[in-house]
Amino acid sequence: MASKVISATIRRALTNPHGAFSRCRHLSTAAAATAVNYEDESILMKGVRISGRPLYLDMQATTPIDPRVFDAMNDSTIHEYGNPHSRTHMYGWEAENAVEVARIQVAKLIEASPKEIIFMSGATEANNTAVKGVMHFYRDTKKHVITTQTEHKCVLDSCRHLQQEGFEVTYLPVKTDGLVDLEMLKEAIRPDTGLVSIMAVNNEIGVVQPMEEIGRICKEHNVPFHTDAAQAIGKIPVDVKKWNVALMSMSAHKIYGPKGVGALYVRRRPRIRLEPLMNGGGQERGLRSGTGATQQIVGFGAACELAMKEMEYDEKWIKGLQERLLNGIREKLDGVVVNGSMDSRYVGNLNLSFAYVEGESLLMGLKEVAVSSGSACTSASLEPSYVLRALGVDEDMAHTSIRFGIGRFTTKEEIDKAVELTVKQVEKLREMSPLYEMVKEGIDIKNIQWSQH
Amino acid sequence: MMLKQAAKKALGLTSRQSTPWSVGIFRSYHENVIDHYDNPRNVGSFDKNDPNVGTGLVGAPACGDVMKLQIKVDEKTGQIVDARFKTFGCGSAIASSSVATEWVKGKAMDDVLTIKNTEIAKHLSLPPVKLHCSMLAEDAIKAAVKDYKEKRVKTNGAAAAGETTQA
Repeated sequence: MASKVISATIRRALTNPHGAFSRCRHLSTAAAATAVNYEDESILMKGVRISGRPLYLDMQATTPIDPRVFDAMNDSTIHEYGNPHSRTHMYGWEAENAVEVARIQVAKLIEASPKEIIFMSGATEANNTAVKGVMHFYRDTKKHVITTQTEHKCVLDSCRHLQQEGFEVTYLPVKTDGLVDLEMLKEAIRPDTGLVSIMAVNNEIGVVQPMEEIGRICKEHNVPFHTDAAQAIGKIPVDVKKWNVALMSMSAHKIYGPKGVGALYVRRRPRIRLEPLMNGGGQERGLRSGTGATQQIVGFGAACELAMKEMEYDEKWIKGLQERLLNGIREKLDGVVVNGSMDSRYVGNLNLSFAYVEGESLLMGLKEVAVSSGSACTSASLEPSYVLRALGVDEDMAHTSIRFGIGRFTTKEEIDKAVELTVKQVEKLREMSPLYEMVKEGIDIKNIQWSQH
Repeated sequence: MMLKQAAKKALGLTSRQSTPWSVGIFRSYHENVIDHYDNPRNVGSFDKNDPNVGTGLVGAPACGDVMKLQIKVDEKTGQIVDARFKTFGCGSAIASSSVATEWVKGKAMDDVLTIKNTEIAKHLSLPPVKLHCSMLAEDAIKAAVKDYKEKRVKTNGAAAAGETTQA
């Protein structure tokens, strides 16, 4: 009886064209770029039919794991399963060895000593530990934090939490190109400033802050400098000594590593002290108790080593693709604005605003390209992205921004297809847009009295 | 029954087939909304200065929604014979205004003033966060009718003023 049921189910699964096995087939996004629209291979998702998996151009949100990283992790998962903090037997020693090797790999990438790397669950935890940990440790003497308006939500939220506890926070405005005004930073520093937190590469607009200058200012005034370098490591050259940082947050899944792991660089000379968020057995120099996720850490280390080797090559490849994307779109469309400085920018991030077209409707039309409008953190709310607002972008342009993320595995065909789809959708939406019509007739939109409701 | 479940589990068939895509907190578009986006009806413009055309322009770019709805009215019967729209806004806004143009065609001007935003929202299954799109569509219809009536007052003088006050 049981065998009959089982064999019937197997037979049904194997002969059913829409059974689980056929649905498990995944086209890579690069293959999807060249695929013709076959009806039987199309995917129906959330009421939308698309011809294959969308092209992945959202590298700032996360990156696909590099197969070489996966190999390293796989091997480690099966064989090195001991607790790295078990001192008494070989299983623990092997696991500890794997973690220490990863620590060296991460440290080499940022020109630090392995003793200064604390593994955590991600850049969010690292940011929280840095901001709250430092201020709590020095709470008797230092009451002031300086950060920018374009930081990642976890830094801004940690600062807000500190404000509720009674600390004071200065949110520095940025210039229209996204860079911090160094004069304003100098003026904002007070005798009781305990921390300056400025991210190295912005996740939404991709601008690279002048890290060396900021580091010099902080050193002059003897203020600890924390930076969220999650989008920076492995992509631009990072040197903690040149930048004079005291604390640096890092994330693995932004550099083709696994999700769920990151690290905090905590300088030892001169020493920066902080209160840990995680109390327990005192692992990771007492700053982050808890069993380390050996496999994730091994993956992070492998990703860092690969990033160090391939940084130059990746930059050349991605720069070529970025130019291809921008020029391809600019050739066919006018009214395209790049948000953020073009000079001081990470090449893999291109944040574009298309005038007279609304962002959500453009995203709905770009269902075959995986991009995001603004940042993933703010996409759930109705407001335009706070980063773009900080840049001083007009409200209507802020609504129309699209962030293209290019990475190590993006191909020329994917870029060409993305250009084609974007141009087509923007043209279609401009046809539908009353603002474009008014502009073509010569009416100045800014002078119209809109009837708000 | 239990054996079937066990067999299915053994072959790994449960996970994919039993969890529908739209479960959870995802905001998914109703197929009507996507239909109106992919195949928009009545996109375009009439001549603003045509005396038989009423134009309603509502919304603000700062809010992210601007709708322009135009109606062409047969002056003898007072019926709306054609409608066009142009929208700067999200998929739900585009769909709401597209639906509005479909619903006003062939109706008398006073009938279309009774179209409520709740009906548009129900037809498109708009989530609460998108209800303002249907409100804007209702406002656009009203603005278009108002504009047409004002135009008639200007062109016809006192006689049309008497008509509109009865309506």
